[in-house]
Amino acid sequence: MARITAGIGSSHVPAIGAALDGGRTGHPDWAPIFAGYEWSRRWVAEQKPDVVILVYNDHASAFSLDIVPTFALGCADSFQPADEGWGPRRVPVVQGHSKLAWHIATSVVLEEFDLTIMNEMKVDHGLTVPLSLMLGQPDEWPVKVIPLAVNVIQYPTPTANRCFRLGEAIARAVKSYPEDLNVQVWGTGGMSHQLSGERAGLINREWDTRFLDQLTSDPDALRTMSHEEYVREAGSEGMELIMWLTMRGALPPKIRELYRFYHVPASNTAVGHVVFTPQA
Amino acid sequence: MSNPAFEDIPGTYVFTGERAMEGRHLNRFCMSLMNAANRIRFKADERAYLDEWPMSEVQKQAVMNRDFKALVEHGGNIFFVLKIAAVDGRPTQSVAASFAGQSTEQYAAMMRNGGRSPVGLRSIAGRF
Repeated sequence: MARITAGIGSSHVPAIGAALDGGRTGHPDWAPIFAGYEWSRRWVAEQKPDVVILVYNDHASAFSLDIVPTFALGCADSFQPADEGWGPRRVPVVQGHSKLAWHIATSVVLEEFDLTIMNEMKVDHGLTVPLSLMLGQPDEWPVKVIPLAVNVIQYPTPTANRCFRLGEAIARAVKSYPEDLNVQVWGTGGMSHQLSGERAGLINREWDTRFLDQLTSDPDALRTMSHEEYVREAGSEGMELIMWLTMRGALPPKIRELYRFYHVPASNTAVGHVVFTPQA
Repeated sequence: MSNPAFEDIPGTYVFTGERAMEGRHLNRFCMSLMNAANRIRFKADERAYLDEWPMSEVQKQAVMNRDFKALVEHGGNIFFVLKIAAVDGRPTQSVAASFAGQSTEQYAAMMRNGGRSPVGLRSIAGRF
């Protein structure tokens, strides 16, 4: 049977992808960030996950505002990198896992989580930057990916609690999948940042640190936090952190934090990264 | 469709239903710039291209003036209006800096020093 063996949280800042693709990983602005992911790159390579369920948001790439799905699950065999205005990132095509994705869709919709099913979807930096950070620059991604796109750019966004409970439902779905698969769930976005308004450039290190602590010690505090609290403390785009709660919800109550990295800034954003495993 | 609590957060625009309604065509225009042929037409004659969209005059002027604050105030979603900056080859940091009236250099230096502190910028009513 399929098993969720780890949860990973990571920012997905587009400028990180641009620095990587442009060969600027040694630049003083970027070198500390890539160094901060080295441990995880080695760890993920050792763990050899079969599938990553990658929770992220689209940034006006696959979705215009014509259709705004709250949760959209990628059920396709493959997902092309999106052209975000300067040509698609030169990264491998993302290979999906249709069978597991359809199993998850069926299971969670019957549990009354009304997902949108995506049989065709381009994926932007929200999905490919975490892949690059965790897997480096291979010719082909060594893992299959099930994208879960969450609306965090058009209010009303789902509540933190809804994101968490969807993670719990995904965990039940994975557990009931008959094939033996090593599955990881990655929650991406954040940490504190705000791109517009007079508060643009907001960074809240203290709050971010508490968020990272509470993922292990008190996830209930995070899942019951209001949208306005997320925006007030972590900035309008810091709202993305609700996507980390889907990852947390997919893990059991007791987890172990294996690794943590926090760095300010990547362009406009505080970079946060954690690796969790279930604790028996 | 909105959440009044957001109004208490200074200098912050959450993209609510009201903003989506006002910005409907502005954001559609921005999305059209994802297409290379449209980018060429826009660059060749901005006014003529903008006149193809049922946008308000204020929105059109804001586009032509690259006034990102006005764009967001009049219904632009940040991820959509950033596509105008992408057409200009202008980095996101430069756009972010413009909201607070900072130069890109000032803003970049602020970010390297840990970013903008939230102290005093969390709540208008609560003054914290």
